[in-house]
Amino acid sequence: MRFVFKTSYDADIRLFKHRAQATWYVLLLLLVLATPLYFVAIDDAYLLGEITGVLILAIAGMGLMLLTGHTGLPSLGHATFMALGCYVNINLLNAGVPWVIAFPVSGLLAGLIGTLIALPVLRLHGVYLALATLAMSILTSDFVVLAEPWTGGIAGAAVPDINIFGIEVNRYSTPYKFYYLVLFVTILLVWAYRNLLRTPTGRSFTAVRDSEISARAMGINLTRTKATSFFLSATAAGLAGALFGHSAGYVTNETFDLVMSITLLLMIVIGGLGFIHGAFFGAIVVGIIPVAIANGRSFLANAFDVNINIPGLESAMFAFILVCFILFEPMGLYGRWLKIRTYFELFPFYRKDMFKRQKSYLKTDRVQ
Amino acid sequence: MSLLEIENVTLRFGGLVAVDNVSLHVETGEVFALVGPNGAGKSTIFNLISRFYDPAEGKIRFDGNDLLTQSADQVPGFGIARTFQNIELFEQATVLQNLLVGRHRHRTTGVLSDVLFSRKAYREELRHREAVEQVIEFLDLQAYRDKMIGGLPYGVRKVVELGRALASEPKLLLLDEPASGLSVEETQDMAFWIEDIQKQMGISVMMVEHDMGLVSAVSNRVMALSDGKELATGTSADVQSHPAVIEAYLGTGEISKTGTSRA
Repeated sequence: MRFVFKTSYDADIRLFKHRAQATWYVLLLLLVLATPLYFVAIDDAYLLGEITGVLILAIAGMGLMLLTGHTGLPSLGHATFMALGCYVNINLLNAGVPWVIAFPVSGLLAGLIGTLIALPVLRLHGVYLALATLAMSILTSDFVVLAEPWTGGIAGAAVPDINIFGIEVNRYSTPYKFYYLVLFVTILLVWAYRNLLRTPTGRSFTAVRDSEISARAMGINLTRTKATSFFLSATAAGLAGALFGHSAGYVTNETFDLVMSITLLLMIVIGGLGFIHGAFFGAIVVGIIPVAIANGRSFLANAFDVNINIPGLESAMFAFILVCFILFEPMGLYGRWLKIRTYFELFPFYRKDMFKRQKSYLKTDRVQ
Repeated sequence: MSLLEIENVTLRFGGLVAVDNVSLHVETGEVFALVGPNGAGKSTIFNLISRFYDPAEGKIRFDGNDLLTQSADQVPGFGIARTFQNIELFEQATVLQNLLVGRHRHRTTGVLSDVLFSRKAYREELRHREAVEQVIEFLDLQAYRDKMIGGLPYGVRKVVELGRALASEPKLLLLDEPASGLSVEETQDMAFWIEDIQKQMGISVMMVEHDMGLVSAVSNRVMALSDGKELATGTSADVQSHPAVIEAYLGTGEISKTGTSRA
């Protein structure tokens, strides 16, 4: 058990609680920076592409985490904002705008349009908000078809390569550069997210999540706070969408479908609602499951000559995992990790009810 | 001019008159208590001041400003902080974070400077933390400052809610049943704190309370309400011996009249 003696206000403000924690994160940073070396050594960047995909999902997950995990507003429509970011990015690049401008603008525009769409539905609570965003998600594919001049409609649109001051970045020809680019964006967003949480803006989000009435009594404007959260959330989703486009190389009206919206929500619930770590843990699970299923399938086929071809197996697995988490670990993977860590820190004084909450889920999750 | 002036305020919920033509004023630096049986409209008056309800008639003025033209989230900006009867804390945050939300009315940074954690945001954060640490010191909350609200006992939550209101450095503090559910010792602590809040910090206090011991100990003036109407206003002793108040609490003593005595 570690005791941190706080001798200045900085001890509560700084990003890492103590030196040991900072050391772990520096090690993690070194690990992710060194990861490509392994793939250079084995000269096969396929898995690195998958890891990059996980990071992109984590960026979108952070966006949704801010909205759902920290502000308490469920959304089943975040694929829509990813689509917005992706198509804005494509169109700006095609118009000759440099990537360093097109990329942030695609995020901001997704944020702005997202906020405009969200303003009328922000008066809704809980499942009603979820339903409204679900409708948005269902309509996305149709809108992509309707906006054919910009999106290529059903035929789809090719995503131009990234060019940063003469450096060409492409998912397939330069997977290492693409990995570092995505990693850079991810770290930048994690830093911004952490800043939010230690300043009044982030605290006003959690206040709205936990008690709207008391947030108002503290002088927090609900509509403005929710709209801000929606803007930041949709911006992150838009950036993730733009990167997703680069990663996919070609996007159609079916790329950002309802399943992606649902996957994002699954991700943050499995990872742990209300923790930045949750977005990453969730993204890893979501990234691993398809690979694990494919490997399991080929293993069964090779070793036992058993061929399993069940359509929808992935969705069923996701659903099963989600149900298990809601039943057995509502705090998600990160919550489980916290419990395990506390168990060893306090050994042998850990009590089973240490993490028990009076209310086991967020107030805004309830039907109001 | 009084700090808070409520003039002829009436609030109806359908056919029920929750607050019936009530007028009251709270002077700067005083402790003003509202007492009365359940359903008398005490908390409703708080909710009117907080602008959670719109009165059908009447005026509410605070510090020379017309509160009725303001929305609920603008009220704290004038220097009114409140607690709730059934504790409304941010459950999945620590005590420190809860108190920091109380500082919301003093924030001057925008979202952008928060996201980038600019020098300005950092300096402001230091100021907020300093103010909050003073509240923690004042209310003896050091042991709980990094604990989640969800795991705290009821008595401590009550104090945290008081702290959150104090952290906003209000001119007027609205306490909705500060001693309900507290033990004798905790109630005594609460009485000392209310006294210190009034005398050392110079904050005016308006409270709803059933514990007449606490009310007599700390309040300068007391108003008794019943069925949304004012029964009596004066010192605690005056109000407690007022015939209308005794009737409201205990009835008239004539069994045949109990059903109609309030009509």
